[in-house]
Amino acid sequence: MKYKSLGILTAIAAVATFSVASAGTLENVKKKDLLTCGVSTGLPGFSDPDKNKKWTGLDADYCKAVAAAVLGDANKVKFVPLTAKERFTALQSGEIDILSRNTTWTQTRDTSLGLNFAGVTYYDGQGFMVSKKLGVKSAKELSGAAVCIQAGTTTELNLADYFRFNNMKYKSVVYDTSDQTIKGFEAGRCDMLTSDQSQLYALMTKLKDPASAMVLPEIISKEPLGPVVRQGDDVWFNINKWTLNALINAEEMGITSQNINEKKSSKDPSVMRFVGKSKNLGKKISLDNSWAVNIIAQVGNYGEIFERNVGKNTPLKIARGLNALWNKGGIMYAPPMR
Amino acid sequence: MADIKNSADLSPPSEIIGPLAWLRSNLFSSPLNSISTLIGLYIVYALFIPVIDWAFVSADWLGNNKDACSLKGACWVFVIQRLDFFIYGFYPDAEYWRVNIIFVLLALLIMPQMVEKAPYKRFSGWFFLTGFPIIAGVLLLGGILGLEPVSTDKWGGLLLTLVISFVGIIAALPLGVLLALGRRSKMPAIRIICTAFIELWRGVPLISVLFMASVMLPLFLPDGANFNKLLRALIGIVMFQSAYMAEVIRGGLQAIPKGQYEAAASLGLGYWKSMSLIILPQALKLVIPGIVNTFIALFKDTTLVLIIGLFDLLQTVNSAIVDPNWPQVSTEGFVFAGFVFWIFCFSMSRYSIALERKLDTGHKR
Amino acid sequence: MSQPGVGILINFNLGINLSEDFASRGVPASKPPPWNDPFIRSMFFQVIAVLLLGYCFYSIFDNTLTNMEKRGITTGFSFLSEEAGFGILMSLIEYDETYSYGRTFFVGLLNTAVVAACGIILATSIGFIIGIARLSNNWLIAKLATIYIEIFRNIPLLLQIIFWQIAVLQTLPGPRQSLRIGDAFFLNNRGVFLPDPKFGKEFIFVISAFLISLISAYIFKIWAKRTQEKTGRQYPVVYVSLGLIIGLPTIIFFLVGMPLTWEYAKLERFSFSGGANIIPEFISLLWALTMYTAAFIAEIVRSGILAVDHGQTEAARSLGLRNSLTLRLVVIPQALRVIIPPLTSQYLNLTKNSSLATAIGYPDLVSVFMGTTLNQTGQAVEIVAMTMAVYLTFSLVISMFMNWYNKRVSLVER
Repeated sequence: MKYKSLGILTAIAAVATFSVASAGTLENVKKKDLLTCGVSTGLPGFSDPDKNKKWTGLDADYCKAVAAAVLGDANKVKFVPLTAKERFTALQSGEIDILSRNTTWTQTRDTSLGLNFAGVTYYDGQGFMVSKKLGVKSAKELSGAAVCIQAGTTTELNLADYFRFNNMKYKSVVYDTSDQTIKGFEAGRCDMLTSDQSQLYALMTKLKDPASAMVLPEIISKEPLGPVVRQGDDVWFNINKWTLNALINAEEMGITSQNINEKKSSKDPSVMRFVGKSKNLGKKISLDNSWAVNIIAQVGNYGEIFERNVGKNTPLKIARGLNALWNKGGIMYAPPMR
Repeated sequence: MADIKNSADLSPPSEIIGPLAWLRSNLFSSPLNSISTLIGLYIVYALFIPVIDWAFVSADWLGNNKDACSLKGACWVFVIQRLDFFIYGFYPDAEYWRVNIIFVLLALLIMPQMVEKAPYKRFSGWFFLTGFPIIAGVLLLGGILGLEPVSTDKWGGLLLTLVISFVGIIAALPLGVLLALGRRSKMPAIRIICTAFIELWRGVPLISVLFMASVMLPLFLPDGANFNKLLRALIGIVMFQSAYMAEVIRGGLQAIPKGQYEAAASLGLGYWKSMSLIILPQALKLVIPGIVNTFIALFKDTTLVLIIGLFDLLQTVNSAIVDPNWPQVSTEGFVFAGFVFWIFCFSMSRYSIALERKLDTGHKR
Repeated sequence: MSQPGVGILINFNLGINLSEDFASRGVPASKPPPWNDPFIRSMFFQVIAVLLLGYCFYSIFDNTLTNMEKRGITTGFSFLSEEAGFGILMSLIEYDETYSYGRTFFVGLLNTAVVAACGIILATSIGFIIGIARLSNNWLIAKLATIYIEIFRNIPLLLQIIFWQIAVLQTLPGPRQSLRIGDAFFLNNRGVFLPDPKFGKEFIFVISAFLISLISAYIFKIWAKRTQEKTGRQYPVVYVSLGLIIGLPTIIFFLVGMPLTWEYAKLERFSFSGGANIIPEFISLLWALTMYTAAFIAEIVRSGILAVDHGQTEAARSLGLRNSLTLRLVVIPQALRVIIPPLTSQYLNLTKNSSLATAIGYPDLVSVFMGTTLNQTGQAVEIVAMTMAVYLTFSLVISMFMNWYNKRVSLVER
């Protein structure tokens, strides 16, 4: 019997020896007919379950776009909510196919974690939110303040750098989730909350009285946020990169989910390439030629996604700013599709 | 001679029986006692009255949005409106009936266990441990028999809390038995391995076990092999729980008099037969209250899965109270969650105490 | 395998006895064939178990190394000396962003230790009070104690911690509206602010005076006990010791010129600065841990006291012992014997439960080291191993201490 008491260990050993031949991510996704996408545990505008328990937001829509490109159906996505701490291991271990969770592109992350950033979906920067009651106008006045901050983010380090460089003191109150952070801020545990600016606007909507808080003008860091995939799978990397580029190029070319059907018969060579009428661009990234049409028809172009989730008519009310197209005053610029 | 009239019996003096006497002997028997009574009365006045007022008298029960909350007392409207979320998590609305069937089945199976002489008690007990988990698994996961598949990331709320604690206890039981037997084994290597395993898991906090299961388990496995998050958390919980279970069962094994082991051996029974036919049936019966207590502990510990991002009952409450569409409702949310946990844990602990009394026969030497 | 291992072992033991019997009567013993020899079989299974376990460890180890290499995760403990670069809310030792990751480990460790130690002391005292209250002959008090116990031990600790955190933050006023005692003590939603003692150089004399008086009080106690045993004369040990321990350091303190100043907390633009600050996370965590564990300890105390036979009290009374002496010399020592083992596991639970601090942002070991440090360095294996080792050590130390104590109070049979 004794050796049976080790049944559990045997089981582990069995799993350990059972090595799965790792096929490419694309094949796996196609086989399962489902795209697994890592998102946040709830950040309005970026990835947040709505009333009908459907995931919405800019990050969630990116995953839907990839699903539309690869599987032809934007709804074939399984969203896995992840905390900031878990996100990279989840991707590394193959639990998810894409990590689209307001993740900042940094050199360390790109090079030493075995990951690849497919591009930038949102140009962000770290900012501060304070209560209007304090009468603070600039971050430079914040010496001695207590700061609510989310654990496991680059913000924690930026904050330390900024305050040390400016010879100011601070106390950091570190929480696990953004919900706790906003709760701590609301309860008066800290004087300010720091995070990426987009998140500040998102979190502001979670305040019982959003008008009581304001975001300070200072931006203390560059935070380009983008989707991440595993290193060493170039096919999958290319699909992700070009899905994002297709979203941006579509906006530039004026292709929207409304007019995509008319555009199919367009004579404009660049549009013809986009809709798959010439050049077989889809085949070059191992997809159908209708990939880009599927994306735009089902999810919309980058501008539509932006306005739908975080734009002027949403509770977040974020202006395009840096995230406008390059020819409209922003820095969103995608390489040409030819 | 004068008539002797039988007068009716006088009632005993009011100092001996009656409410006044009761008050005197139980509340004001000595000066010190009177002071403690007054302090106690003040506590009742200062704590219970406002709580009752908040929770019942000034509370709002009817309505469907925040306008129904008068903010004078508890706003139970919030809890009622979000009840679906607290119970089913992200489970699709159209499939709620599957969860409901499981809840009903669970109640039907547990009820007879509480009644002394229920029919088919043995059968329903075994079904509870074997057939029910399979049926529940099929219903919840779907994917066969024409049921729409529902992936585990959609499970949440009370459903998830029950799933985790149930799977935890059912899987930990056999493992615990094996570990307990191993710890009492005569083979030194086996004994050392089992003891080390038990002590290791009992020495570390569950939260670090969960963290290890959710973050590090993928590192331990070969590339490509991986389980989903719920399964990983379950593996961690089962490992942890089996160590505690092993200690409970070991207590039972130790309580079996040596004569029983010797009698089994003298009948010529081998190790497995003597264990499964003689020792374990007696030992397990003895430790049922202990197992129920372990289950209570596990049930409360399931809340920790929120730290690795699973939406158990507490986490659904946690995420619902930040909803800007409602006023400050955190107290209502936590009181509700606390009440649900309390009902489960309290009734189970009563059950365990009753069992203990019932089983407290025999084996006393 | 239907009848492996020990089954045969038992048969075999019987066999040995028989064969010895036979041997003494001159009948040659029959040896079982090797595959039925219980010794060989038991060795066989043990070797298999060890090999299997070894293989498991090897394959886990190998997988981990391969995976880490493939994912470019660095290994080793060199990260411990790198600069941490993040702030920690509460630290018992000196710490700021420029200290190393190794330092964050000790900061977290000390924070865990301090909350566990305070929790153990508080929970024990409250638990004893509630446990005795539950046995009170005052109906109201007994019922209140029962209600307390049944509510607090049947609600998950994590829920209680989160609840108290929000309750504490919502009840306390902001820094400007602090509750205060003079200019020294402040209470607000940033915690409690106390004057911080600053010791001068000469304070070392006071400390040495304190140590000397402790030692001399101890010697005096032994001497007094011996004299009492020999001559029957009693000395007021308590008063003399107290006088020594309090008096001597006080005199020295004044003699060396009061080398102690207090630094008061001052209100600044956002909050108080200076002084000693007890953060609200600490208060709510300690409160929740105490309330939860006290409910369990109360039950342990109650059953411990009930386990002391009534005859013991009666016997003590008939010896003419006063009530207080009966309790101190007869009931409590015997009750402790029943109380200690389950109390130990409650202490262990409290220590492990303090790791739930991470849910409310109290910077304990799990939150600081297994949280932030792990995130910044990504070296999960080393960090989780270190953290688990700490808790294992805590567990071992507490249970060793309690075993020693248990041995001291346990029944000495003559």
